[in-house]
Amino acid sequence: MADTALADPETGLTQAQLAARHGLRVAGERPSLTAYAQTLWAYRHFIRSYANAKLVASFSTAKLGQLWQVLTPLTNAAVYYLIFGWVLQQKEIPNFIAYLTTGLFIFNFTQSAVLAGTQSISGQLGLIRALHFPRASLPLAATLTQFQQLLASMVVLIGIVLVTGEPITAEWLLLVPALLLQSVFNGGLTMAVARMGAKASDLKQVMPFILRTWMYGSGVLYSVSLFENLPGWATQLVQLNPMLVYIELARYALLDSAPLLSTSLTQMLVVGTVWAVAMGIGGFIYFWRGEQEYGRG
Amino acid sequence: MVEHFEASNDATLTLPRVEQRIPTVVVDEAHVIYRVHKGAGGGTSPVAALRRLVTRTSAPNIQEVHAVKGVTFTAYRGEAIGLIGSNGSGKSTLLRTIAGLLPVNRGAVYTQGQPSLLGVNAALLNDLSGERNVTLGCLAMGMTPEDVAQLTPEIIEFSGINERGDFASLPMRTYSSGMAARLRFAIAAAKMHDVLLIDEALATGDKGFRKRSEQRVRELRESAGTVFLVSHQLSSIRDTCERTIWLESGVLRMDGPTDEVIRAYEAFANGK
Repeated sequence: MADTALADPETGLTQAQLAARHGLRVAGERPSLTAYAQTLWAYRHFIRSYANAKLVASFSTAKLGQLWQVLTPLTNAAVYYLIFGWVLQQKEIPNFIAYLTTGLFIFNFTQSAVLAGTQSISGQLGLIRALHFPRASLPLAATLTQFQQLLASMVVLIGIVLVTGEPITAEWLLLVPALLLQSVFNGGLTMAVARMGAKASDLKQVMPFILRTWMYGSGVLYSVSLFENLPGWATQLVQLNPMLVYIELARYALLDSAPLLSTSLTQMLVVGTVWAVAMGIGGFIYFWRGEQEYGRG
Repeated sequence: MVEHFEASNDATLTLPRVEQRIPTVVVDEAHVIYRVHKGAGGGTSPVAALRRLVTRTSAPNIQEVHAVKGVTFTAYRGEAIGLIGSNGSGKSTLLRTIAGLLPVNRGAVYTQGQPSLLGVNAALLNDLSGERNVTLGCLAMGMTPEDVAQLTPEIIEFSGINERGDFASLPMRTYSSGMAARLRFAIAAAKMHDVLLIDEALATGDKGFRKRSEQRVRELRESAGTVFLVSHQLSSIRDTCERTIWLESGVLRMDGPTDEVIRAYEAFANGK
């Protein structure tokens, strides 16, 4: 097979030289980080319509259709209120139902995004093997789908908050930056778990437990003042929990007299921003480093 | 083992082409080894899995397959190349390697632009209507929303899924396998690709669709792309490709004009 080393007998070039002369690239090579970010931006229409399509598809076999977007958070809130507000008769927190639903809906945004993200690569192998697009589109679309769900939940939440007699204040505007910071955080986290889930398929089984633990550490179901009974260093650690920060920000914005663990608004905003930037960039880089491996196997 | 045909250059000379032949795919001594899961079998019990975790050995149900063994060839702009060979000879693996979906273990594969692989098992979103799948597929190939809006009716007409009622607005899970394959081919063929890799896709679909798709493959080729076609139907290779590569157990057996290669392949297959 010695003669096959020459691609073109006339020019006497080897295959590699021939490829280099005509500017051919190695198949399946990973693009540079900036080139990847640019391609991803060019695919924003795909990300948006894929997220919409996923949202529509998830309700396509239900009779009530997209009404479930509102019914699911409502039912969730009702179940938890039944247990914690009515059976356990918790009295410490004024307006407990609004306190509970705020925490629940904010946490649920991250929870569902992470669960969807874990499977966003491993569950779409057909699409990945068929078409070439920047793979980060899939976890980002999963985040966007959950963001749309969150907006529906927020409508429900604002309804609950108003019905339970909270006043409308200028602080409500704080909800917008709080949700945006959380969305960036979620986007990065979703990309990170997407890469992990693509390699380790067992992650899907473990993830619900990790998320449950995280929820208990974020003061969703009970008063955050319980954390103050912990030793000092542990309380400070809990204050750095990004989910606790995002939930506290939303409670600070919407509720008038909710107990808060964090003492200052500035501290919450700083911790929330640092987490969003670190996770957003870190998750993106981590996902990009695995770009050429998705869909193989 | 590799037979070279002087005539292979003559066959492509007759094509309309630019002065210098421009390579689009260069495969250099490529070896592809992939690992397969043998599925449930011995050693999948929980105890065995735990022991593997502790001793850090890999699962026993994973086997290595050396699918492509040192294949070398160059494909040029404007060529349509057929890939033939018995089942399991490495044709589909070679296509997936060119598409960049499988890594080479030794050697190298160089391509121009991003080759697109079109396979029969390429899945879109089954819960969505055919029309939405067209939109998604086109956006995933990097088209702008304006292009997509303009091309969607053409793609649906080309696929012929609306010949028996309005199937374009029904979810794809209601389609027959032939209809779904036709729609996927129509979506992938809507874009001009530098390199288009087709895996058995033309074999599905009725006579009318086959005619349309062969015509489309010719158009794609004339617009300066390269088309690879894997098929067991020698007739569709004969109709669309003038050059054919014959793989047998991962080794390039013959590379030359379609007529000669198919004749040799048929003699081999009959004599087996």
